[in-house]
Amino acid sequence: MIEFVLNNQPIQTESPAFLPLLDFIRYEQRLTGAKAACREGDCGACLALEGRLENGQMHYQSIASCLMPLGNAQGKHIVTIEGLNRKGLSPVQQGIVDHSATQCGFCTPGIIVALTALCLSEEPLTEQRAMAALDGNLCRCTGYQSLKQAVLSVLSKLPAEQAARPIPWLIDKGYLPVYFSGITEQVAQIPRCAPAFHPGRPILGGGTDLLAQQPDQLRTAEPSLLCERWELSGIYLEGNSCTIGSGLTMAEILRNPDLNRLLPGLEEYGRLIASTPIRNMGTLGGNLANASPIADLVIIFLALDTTVLLNGPHGRRELPLDGFYLGYKKTDMRPDEYLEGIRFELPSPGHIFNFEKVSKRARLDIASVNTAIGLELKSGAITLARISAGGVSPVPLFLRRTSEFLKGKLISDKVLAGASQLIQEEISPISDIRGSAEYKRLLLRQLFYAHFLKHFPEQLSLKGLLNEGRKLDEKHRLERTRKGAIHFPG
Amino acid sequence: MKNIDSNGHVKGRSTFLDDLPVHEGTLCALAFGSPIAHGRITGAELEAARAIPGVVDIFSYADIPGDNQVGGIIPDEPLLAEQDLHYQGQPIFLIVAEDNWTARQARRLIQLRYTPLLPITDVEEAWGREEWLFRPRTFRLGDIDTAWSQCTYLFEGDAETGGQEHLYLEPQGAYVIPREHGGIKLYSATQGPTLVQRTVARVLSLPMHQVEVEVPRLGGGFGGKEDQATAWACLAALAAWRLQRPVKIALHRQDDMRMTGKRHPYRSHFRIGLSKSMKILAYEVTYLQNGGAAADLSPAILERTLFHATNSYFIPNVKATAYSCRTNLPPNTAFRGFGAPQAMFVLEAAIAQAACELGISARRIQEANLLKEGDEFPYGQRARQAHARQCWAAVEATFDIRKKEQAIKAYNHQHSYQKKGLAMMPVCFGISFTKTPMNQASALVHIYQDGSIGLSSGAVEMGQGVNTKLVQVAAMALAVHPRRIKVETTDTTRVANTSPTAASSGADLNGKAVQQACVQLRRRLTAMAALILHVSPAAIQFRAEKVWCKGQPTALDWEKLIAEAFLRRVNLSAQGHYATPMIYFDKDKEKGHPFAYHVFGAAAISATVDCIRGTYEIDEVDIIHDFGNSLNIDVDQGQVEGGVVQGIGWMTAEEVVYSPEGRLLSDSLSTYKVPDITAAPKVIDCRPLGLDGPGLAILRSKAVGEPPLMYGIGAYFALLQAIRAFNPAYVPDFKAPFTPERVLMALYQNENAEVL
Repeated sequence: MIEFVLNNQPIQTESPAFLPLLDFIRYEQRLTGAKAACREGDCGACLALEGRLENGQMHYQSIASCLMPLGNAQGKHIVTIEGLNRKGLSPVQQGIVDHSATQCGFCTPGIIVALTALCLSEEPLTEQRAMAALDGNLCRCTGYQSLKQAVLSVLSKLPAEQAARPIPWLIDKGYLPVYFSGITEQVAQIPRCAPAFHPGRPILGGGTDLLAQQPDQLRTAEPSLLCERWELSGIYLEGNSCTIGSGLTMAEILRNPDLNRLLPGLEEYGRLIASTPIRNMGTLGGNLANASPIADLVIIFLALDTTVLLNGPHGRRELPLDGFYLGYKKTDMRPDEYLEGIRFELPSPGHIFNFEKVSKRARLDIASVNTAIGLELKSGAITLARISAGGVSPVPLFLRRTSEFLKGKLISDKVLAGASQLIQEEISPISDIRGSAEYKRLLLRQLFYAHFLKHFPEQLSLKGLLNEGRKLDEKHRLERTRKGAIHFPG
Repeated sequence: MKNIDSNGHVKGRSTFLDDLPVHEGTLCALAFGSPIAHGRITGAELEAARAIPGVVDIFSYADIPGDNQVGGIIPDEPLLAEQDLHYQGQPIFLIVAEDNWTARQARRLIQLRYTPLLPITDVEEAWGREEWLFRPRTFRLGDIDTAWSQCTYLFEGDAETGGQEHLYLEPQGAYVIPREHGGIKLYSATQGPTLVQRTVARVLSLPMHQVEVEVPRLGGGFGGKEDQATAWACLAALAAWRLQRPVKIALHRQDDMRMTGKRHPYRSHFRIGLSKSMKILAYEVTYLQNGGAAADLSPAILERTLFHATNSYFIPNVKATAYSCRTNLPPNTAFRGFGAPQAMFVLEAAIAQAACELGISARRIQEANLLKEGDEFPYGQRARQAHARQCWAAVEATFDIRKKEQAIKAYNHQHSYQKKGLAMMPVCFGISFTKTPMNQASALVHIYQDGSIGLSSGAVEMGQGVNTKLVQVAAMALAVHPRRIKVETTDTTRVANTSPTAASSGADLNGKAVQQACVQLRRRLTAMAALILHVSPAAIQFRAEKVWCKGQPTALDWEKLIAEAFLRRVNLSAQGHYATPMIYFDKDKEKGHPFAYHVFGAAAISATVDCIRGTYEIDEVDIIHDFGNSLNIDVDQGQVEGGVVQGIGWMTAEEVVYSPEGRLLSDSLSTYKVPDITAAPKVIDCRPLGLDGPGLAILRSKAVGEPPLMYGIGAYFALLQAIRAFNPAYVPDFKAPFTPERVLMALYQNENAEVL
């Protein structure tokens, strides 16, 4: 049985754990404000709030109910648009009405939920964060201008610091209905999700991949739950290494202060990964286990010296992340194992980290190519380089030869042009919906250059890089012609 | 006045098709679509699917009691495939089950046996084989053959625009309930309730009066539910009628994307001739329209392509020919702009090519050729209230385009890795259905005894705010507060024989019909008030809920007036009908006066390209739009902003991709990317031109739905400018959309030519 609080109603249900929460809300509870529009977490028309009780306090965030397995609602407070309604309009609802930011109305409930999640956000509010609250919502009617105005008007009425807008304040000002004040007690009475690992059962983290890919096949399956905060949910800095539990969500990882100190800009890069509601749900474990060749987090951690931590009936195992992927969507994890997390060696002070990603749309899109780099230098020479690239091979790729090649080199147009040519030999992109092979080759070259142009603008120029590349091309062409070898363009 | 649905929308209480409370015993239906793009069915294994508990029945074409035909203009599209398969996803069977999940389980177990045939997906290949969906058409003006010799400059080239998925957020659907006497009640997410009614009647072999169609509202339509909502309604109706149980179809997004048509991709060839002073003297263009497997609305869309071949420009010698080609793709269909955007892109490409080769700004050519009062369009109509030049000049002046261009030049000089570009885009769009008989509408207005008013029309509300405008029209006509007026759902039993809500004409046609009904009511009420007050009807006026007599308010307010009218047995209901006057078109001569009026406007769009990564942002869109006397500027501005962003999406990241075998590869929201809040332009500054609208527009407020989409075309040419600032050797190929891939390839085209 699954127990949670839906708006102001306690729920006890025997419905299957893998049933999308959206279907439960709409078709079993007949709460039709959340819409079934894409069923893959890409449009936000089904957004709901997920409230968790921690240390006696409720914490809320937006989630895509189409990708949330019902089982993950256990012990939580789930709030749909119906649960935000009160007499009159909330300031969020009023803001949308005042700025004519609703046309057909199909996306609107999701937008109200997303903006209410912003009001409940525990981070200081900025304009950028406020706009980012809608990075998981599509609207096909308004063109977003009126929505942006509405967001600004909502923002202008909210204190930036969370301490100044606690839940009682939000209730008092009409952002939340009064029943929110009694929720903590209601939720406290419900048992939390009991994480349990059953070898052979599908392992469920946030559900964002599983429910997007095989909702029907999993409908009657019993999951192994990893959903709750147990031993897989911490970030530990110990000695010379950092361990991250596989149950952490992308949002928790990307905004973690320690990780942001170790990998400057991580939170900013995080904006290029999924969307707010998906980052709130998707876990590190899921991103690793799904084994997509463009998994953003995997590409990031491949640029560090990262080890995968596995556990199973035969005990713990550690594998280097580079090497964990055996082929397209295939990992070295045994069917009876689960991912505990990852561990990486702490980078030295002065370590340079950069992440680049290009997709058709900048936000909430899957990369055509992504790449990360970890660099260490001593008196201008590269002492350590780790470069990863996604979308250019059947697996998330650690560019071993190129990384080796750079070791001991001084940064110059010529060296990088040479490295770039090595990259082209290491990768094997295919043409698909994310772009032609030719494009992906060019794009990775450009993103590789971007890593350096961003961090060493004084030492390099695009023009110089291209010129050196041309010279090398010419040289290779001549060498090949001399050897009578076949010439491969690109 | 705010959109009347706003409060319901923000509370999640507005009811869409899939939100309707279902009747007991409701079943779910799901289509099994063709796994191949071209072939013949040789057999099928349905037993395993039927054996799943909860599967009620599986229907095929043989179960259709009437015509197995849903083709609206040309009868060339079966509801369920009989033997020939023409596109992937073409419905073959209809699975009916207790719930959707069971139906989906069953669908996986159906095994179809077939002989595959070679599919054609390429429009040129179809054209070469003369696979035309209907006869090609040509519009002519002047004498193109002699005009070439007068031109100082001649340019020739190709242009290509891709398809566009509507991505209405509410997927297609229908819900059907059997009624007594052998009839059915249909809820349909359609822009064309009468079309659904007529087609369902034909498929079920029923008279139209046995088919009631009601549309609550749509979660977006954009043309995608004009013709293509019909098949889903027919399928649900077939199941409900056969089983005598309520049946619902609510499409899963992927089914919707795979099984329904999109904006037509076009491939076109142009020749353009200019005088020394940059006057376009001759323009010859051939459009190849990729129609997909059946005609659908393609004949009308092709026609509008020809009507808008010259957009906002006057060209004295024109020859425009269009072919609609049959391919093995889902039948392509209406999409905001209806063939006009495709035509306008080609002309802008021709102008851009001329500008590139002459080394001048495209703006010079554009400006030199804008329409002026009385100019003749290739279809014979003359431009009246032609505001092309006023809009253009107002953009240049209001937004100081010269200064912006200088700023861009300076920026490009200072930045090696980012370049900006700016392009202007004029729009002239004809308002009316080009099929003249469709330009009619009806409305039904009831005044209830308490003074409240119920209003029905043929218009379907899909976010465009038509219901809000109808309330305003009725409130003005009856001099009552808008609060008194409720707009009912669109229902064929209340308003019959409607045209689809399309062609930007919903508010004009239905607004005029509402006005007409209100005029009748007012005439009756005036006569009665005159009797009560013992004056002649001429002395009576209605102002702000009160009867005025000889310029003075009386004690007779609206509620008293209506109570009195009921007692005196005055008819408090009226049906209004409107037919647009003056319009006609002769398809043999390809000449006439097809449009009630034209909407004009101009936009300047600027973009910044990241020349390392090939990514880009649309910075500003500055627009002067010819609203006429806008009835509701909030609603109208919303239409402009939404239209522009949809147009920009079509020109940039929205890429419909089929495999050579005809399989849709961009079949989900993770592979088909519409603009989101960060991809939308940073600023859209749209200002009204401020000139009066024509009398044929409702209260002189011009139609606004489609024209703004075409401002988005400017995004392509702004990107082109930015790319050329980085790579002057770039030779444009005028292939849209300009995805980040195409942009990066363009930035580094001829890289080895050492020009960067």
